[in-house]
Amino acid sequence: MHDDPSANPAVPAPDLAQHSEPVTLPTDRRKGCPFDPPAELTQYRDEQPLRRLRFPDGHIGWLATGHSVCRAIMADARFSSRKELMHDPHMDIGDMEMPPAAPGEFLHMDEPQHGRYRKLLAGKFTVRRMRLLTERVEQVTADHLDAMEKAGTAVDLVSAFAKPIPAIMICELLGVPYQDRNSFQEQAATIFNSDNLDDKMAAYTAIQAYLTQLVAAKRTEPTDDILSDLTESDLTDEELIGVGFLVLAAGLDTTANMLGLGTFALLSNPDQLAALRSDPSLAGQAVEELLRYLTIADPMLRVALEDIEIDGRLIKAGEVIVVSLQAANRDPAKYPEPDRLDLHRKAIGHLAFGHGAHQCLGQQLARVEMSVAFPALLTRFPTLRLAVPPEEVPLRANPGIYGVQSLPVTWDKE
Amino acid sequence: MAVTLTITVDRDRCVGAGMCALTAPEVFDQDDEEGRVVVLDTEPAPAHQAAARHAAGLCPAAAITVTATDTTTHQQ
Ligand code: HEM
Ligand code: SF4
Repeated sequence: MHDDPSANPAVPAPDLAQHSEPVTLPTDRRKGCPFDPPAELTQYRDEQPLRRLRFPDGHIGWLATGHSVCRAIMADARFSSRKELMHDPHMDIGDMEMPPAAPGEFLHMDEPQHGRYRKLLAGKFTVRRMRLLTERVEQVTADHLDAMEKAGTAVDLVSAFAKPIPAIMICELLGVPYQDRNSFQEQAATIFNSDNLDDKMAAYTAIQAYLTQLVAAKRTEPTDDILSDLTESDLTDEELIGVGFLVLAAGLDTTANMLGLGTFALLSNPDQLAALRSDPSLAGQAVEELLRYLTIADPMLRVALEDIEIDGRLIKAGEVIVVSLQAANRDPAKYPEPDRLDLHRKAIGHLAFGHGAHQCLGQQLARVEMSVAFPALLTRFPTLRLAVPPEEVPLRANPGIYGVQSLPVTWDKE
Repeated sequence: MAVTLTITVDRDRCVGAGMCALTAPEVFDQDDEEGRVVVLDTEPAPAHQAAARHAAGLCPAAAITVTATDTTTHQQ
């Protein structure tokens, strides 16, 4: 797509002759543009969809920002996900070595190890099975909307709505008692967000202890859930704990951010909000567009296992590539007027769930949750609006999963 | 012109992401054990051909192959 600049005159042809200096990864979004990728990032994409990147530890790797090159890299098994081979694009971790994936942490493994875990789980997250959960999602959503109505005319939408709905769903699916989720969520947040290594270790140990006891309970008294089913596979306790941790953490911290940030985006685009409210059948398509527009999980890391030529450049074995899904999903070569939220566009083909062998395992669950929750919220509260000026909505700084920390909203009593 | 589409899948490559069952539910499903693709209709009717092609393009594992044959027969 990039070699046909005539398709979109706004995109300058990449000048491959010009060997530009390595850049550093832009992470700061412009003030007042909470939904847009950092301006330098999209500028780099428009100049050169694949370019050299300097990591904080001095490693010279690559930054991929164009849709077609990002998709190609994610699809190619010669680009590894192994954690111990990575360089951190956000900070210099000094002499500390990145540990290899813990048992069960298949997100950071390659084939064949990755596939062994993935196939044990994929059958539990199929399109058909997730659709069967629609009614349950509707019920959980209605319960939370009822509670919001009872609470008055203002809430923090993150704690009243965005967080609990996906949390209940993933806890029920996995078989985690719901009352345990708060401490789990807190500890997971410490592991992912804290700068304090001791706190991180303490939280990690606590989660391990909790999951150890949970897995033991499922072995002795299996219940009707995924974790119990997995005790019948050949996975060891250690592996079950790793799988449980990965799936629970992914389930608690992803859709929640889409619901929070997505509502913020809709409230900031009144015409789009009105379109969805007047036509709830738009929900499926709207969810794809919100996924594209917000691309909350970013960036991805891959490392070349051998010398690989791609997009006219030679990536050498051992070089790390930062794959910027958010830049790719705003690529004008793929989407006309990419920076416009347009719920009527065909956004499918976006990379918000990744691509290739690691493409999101929970995507069909996330789709059902969002296509139920967004329209239900808008229909229940026709006057829903922000309770603070948009620039006061606190944004998450967490590199990894973007979102709002809280979303103060209000509405008129009927 | 009548075109017959023939769908073949490489189940070993499939990672069970479900893009196919989402995009062309009349043509693809997933099994309950490993979530891998199941072809419901190896020669989809014209109404489902566009969706089947689209699904093949979206599959994250390039596990779906669509072959088109022109089956136009001369009118007697
Ligand atoms: C809208 C919400 C979500 C987004 C944007 C999202 C995004 C992603 C992305 C981009 C990846 C690919 C990672 C990579 O290639 O390195 C991924 C993988 C994964 N996601 Fe999600 N995700 C979401 C919801 C969920 C949910 C609800 C679950 C719960 C089951 C989940 C579980 C996983 C798992 C287990 C993986 C690893 C898959 C593998 O390595 O094979 N995700 N997700
Ligand atoms: S889209 Fe591809 S990987 Fe996903 S279930 Fe279908 S065939 Fe398998």
